[in-house]
Amino acid sequence: MIRVQTDDFDLGAELKALTAGNHAIGGLCSFVGLVRDMAGGEAIGAMTLEHYPGMTEKELERIEAEAQARWPLDATLIIHRYGRLEPGDQIVLVAAASAHREAAFEACHFLIDFLKTKAPFWKLEGTPGGGQWVDARDSDEAATRRWTQSSGKAAE
Amino acid sequence: MTAPVKLLYFAWLREKAGVGEEDVQPPATVATVAQLIDWLETQGGGRAEAFADRKVVRVAVNQEYVSLDHPVTAGDEVAFFPPVTGG
Repeated sequence: MIRVQTDDFDLGAELKALTAGNHAIGGLCSFVGLVRDMAGGEAIGAMTLEHYPGMTEKELERIEAEAQARWPLDATLIIHRYGRLEPGDQIVLVAAASAHREAAFEACHFLIDFLKTKAPFWKLEGTPGGGQWVDARDSDEAATRRWTQSSGKAAE
Repeated sequence: MTAPVKLLYFAWLREKAGVGEEDVQPPATVATVAQLIDWLETQGGGRAEAFADRKVVRVAVNQEYVSLDHPVTAGDEVAFFPPVTGG
């Protein structure tokens, strides 16, 4: 399941709903991204997340489908917020549930790595000097490449 | 081309180009994304500046990532944006 929204989310309630009624699930792994108050040594007041409505949902669905094709997953969830966010706010949640922990851990890691380099979101940070578009990081590209060079250990 | 091509610009590409969304009618010689960008650079505003460094321009046609040699046809939705920074 994927959701793109301005509203905050309740981690506990989301994870509970994700696994509700499925007792084949033995492991649930989640990752939550938060807004930091510093970037490159500069204080960040707030940030605005822009996205590409339509393509964002399609891209998140493609990433989710790819994870489900690689690992034996019972449930997956991606929630990504957009709009104005402040330091400490939750930005993103990815979760993967499986019979065993290895697939859940790996799929969760895969989901956030792919999301960071494929989902069309852009961060505009508010600094004392004005709004600044965040630059993409080479380390994020490298993290994604890792998954394309060797398939996950738990892949079927 | 008969039907227009719908263009979308995001993040700093939108700010540099000075436009977020526009319908355009490129000449018939425009067959690929690269040729579309070549033509847009001649169309004024901040478009030439926005496309100055093509290495940092990502392109989606009909909401899927494509390379610069991908074909563009009438009725397509073509989006230009910088490398993504979500998550």
